[in-house]
Amino acid sequence: MIRESGWFSRLFDSFNYVFLALFALLCLAPMVHIFAVSLSGRAPATAGFVSFWPIDFTLENYQEVIGSRTFLRSFFISVARVLTGTSLNMVLIILTAYPLSKTPRAFKGRTIFIWFFVFAMLFDGGLIPTFLVVRGLGLLNTLGALILPNAVPIFSVILMMNFFRSVPKELEESAVIDGASHWRVLWHIYIPLSLPAIATLTLFAAVNHWNAWFDGLIYMTDAANYPMQTFLRTIVVELDLTNVGIDPRDLQRLSDRAIRGAQIIVATVPILVVYPFLQRYFISGIKLGAVKE
Amino acid sequence: MTFKQYMKRAWPLYIMIAPGVVFVLLFRYYPMYGIVIAFQDYSLAKGFLNSPWVGWENFERLFAFAEFGRFLGNTVLIAVAKIVADQIGAVILALLLNEARIILFRRAIQTLIYLPHFLSWIVLGGILLDILAPFGILNQAIVNLGGERQLFLGSNSWFRGTVILSGFWKNVGFSTIVYLAALTAINPTLHEAAAIDGAGRFRRIWHITLPGIRPTIVLLAALSLGDVLQAGFEQILTLYSPAVYRTGDIIDTYVYRHGIVSAQYSLAGAVGLFKSFIGFFLIVSSYYLADRYAGYRIL
Repeated sequence: MIRESGWFSRLFDSFNYVFLALFALLCLAPMVHIFAVSLSGRAPATAGFVSFWPIDFTLENYQEVIGSRTFLRSFFISVARVLTGTSLNMVLIILTAYPLSKTPRAFKGRTIFIWFFVFAMLFDGGLIPTFLVVRGLGLLNTLGALILPNAVPIFSVILMMNFFRSVPKELEESAVIDGASHWRVLWHIYIPLSLPAIATLTLFAAVNHWNAWFDGLIYMTDAANYPMQTFLRTIVVELDLTNVGIDPRDLQRLSDRAIRGAQIIVATVPILVVYPFLQRYFISGIKLGAVKE
Repeated sequence: MTFKQYMKRAWPLYIMIAPGVVFVLLFRYYPMYGIVIAFQDYSLAKGFLNSPWVGWENFERLFAFAEFGRFLGNTVLIAVAKIVADQIGAVILALLLNEARIILFRRAIQTLIYLPHFLSWIVLGGILLDILAPFGILNQAIVNLGGERQLFLGSNSWFRGTVILSGFWKNVGFSTIVYLAALTAINPTLHEAAAIDGAGRFRRIWHITLPGIRPTIVLLAALSLGDVLQAGFEQILTLYSPAVYRTGDIIDTYVYRHGIVSAQYSLAGAVGLFKSFIGFFLIVSSYYLADRYAGYRIL
């Protein structure tokens, strides 16, 4: 370790620490402001008196949100979506990645399958044709519309495949000599050895499902089926009191500025809960992509 | 080895890959067939098979629109500005973080600047709509300092700047990760040797640290070519309004409004196909460049 001792170097250090701290605070400031608004009385919040500390501290706004049946319904739709969607993603990622991680000798047709998936990743059919297909399958207004179209995240399959290829071949070979089938090899060797990668991809899939809102907007024609982020959009972005499926009085009440703030915070809390885990894994997640044979 | 012997061992592989193939066929390849609507006068009642064919008519109409140049220009302008701002910002931030020697401080900063990346554009958009509103906190501060209220989201002079800056807010922290990983891979003995030879701190940054992450910079520059048509659909759909269509309307928002909202499927399908087609070539070129100049392969 080199010690820096010149006065210019020390001056630079001081500026560097101050700059980084200010930058980080600037990134965080908007969220702190909304948090303060959500804990403030409605009158000072609407009048714009609140900056970074609540005025007339109250938890009432949160009680309104938790007490709203419309909000809770969308919250539970999102929870259902995260649980089913993430499970489906992970099962399909692992099952698809395992054969693709084999050599073309051990898995004839591998090259064709690889290009089948890669081309599907690179060339997008586009919003309108995809919408028409989902509609044609009768999936509008069902949970299926939210979890089936992206059930196979191809980029994650490629990351998983690269990770599987880094598992030592000798382990598999000795198991095969003992008579293990591909099912047993996958279950008893590959999955236990790939838990860090699986954890990373699971977290990313869950966060994606929680944050997704556009598919809810186009595939749910009845607003009663909106997942939470889509529902939140109708309140914080585009207040539309004529929206079918939502009680306009409920909507009116939830659109108060302080209550809007409370809803934004409630939507953020699940991310904050998994954030420490995310941080631990996403570095390894980035490195996943770099694994090569 | 006969086919029978091969299948005796390999058959589970085909069972495993089957569900993935089915899903991709249904939701990625079948919509590609739906591209034909761009060459039809499509209506839901008649479907893909019976809608009348019109050849290139949708494209001719599209290219004749004044709007076409507008939303294409906005898309490329916003996307390129975002890529440039994000990459330059990430390199500078990563270098500064690397120079901050107190590990705990560094971790704390990283934790804070990565966070916006994991929040949805609805949450971030909700926050932005609140703080940038005519009577939001930012305008209150400007008025208190003696300035005039600005329509950050509602005026054509501000909108693109707001989009680029808020995109920077969401992503720049996360973009530093790749550079920080590259920085830790630089051999510390290089620094020690240079220090013994009398190289000061800033000369070492210039001659050792920066060249050390140059391959990463080249790689990300190559890969970013694939994003030239990605101006940030979810972000703009959340933040824009009819008042700023002139500067903020992009390909994806145009497709959404005309296709999903007003059900002009063929016109929107033609725009979508145009984007998919160009986008495909951009991504393939970016992978080619990344392989050629940075030795990067996804497979």
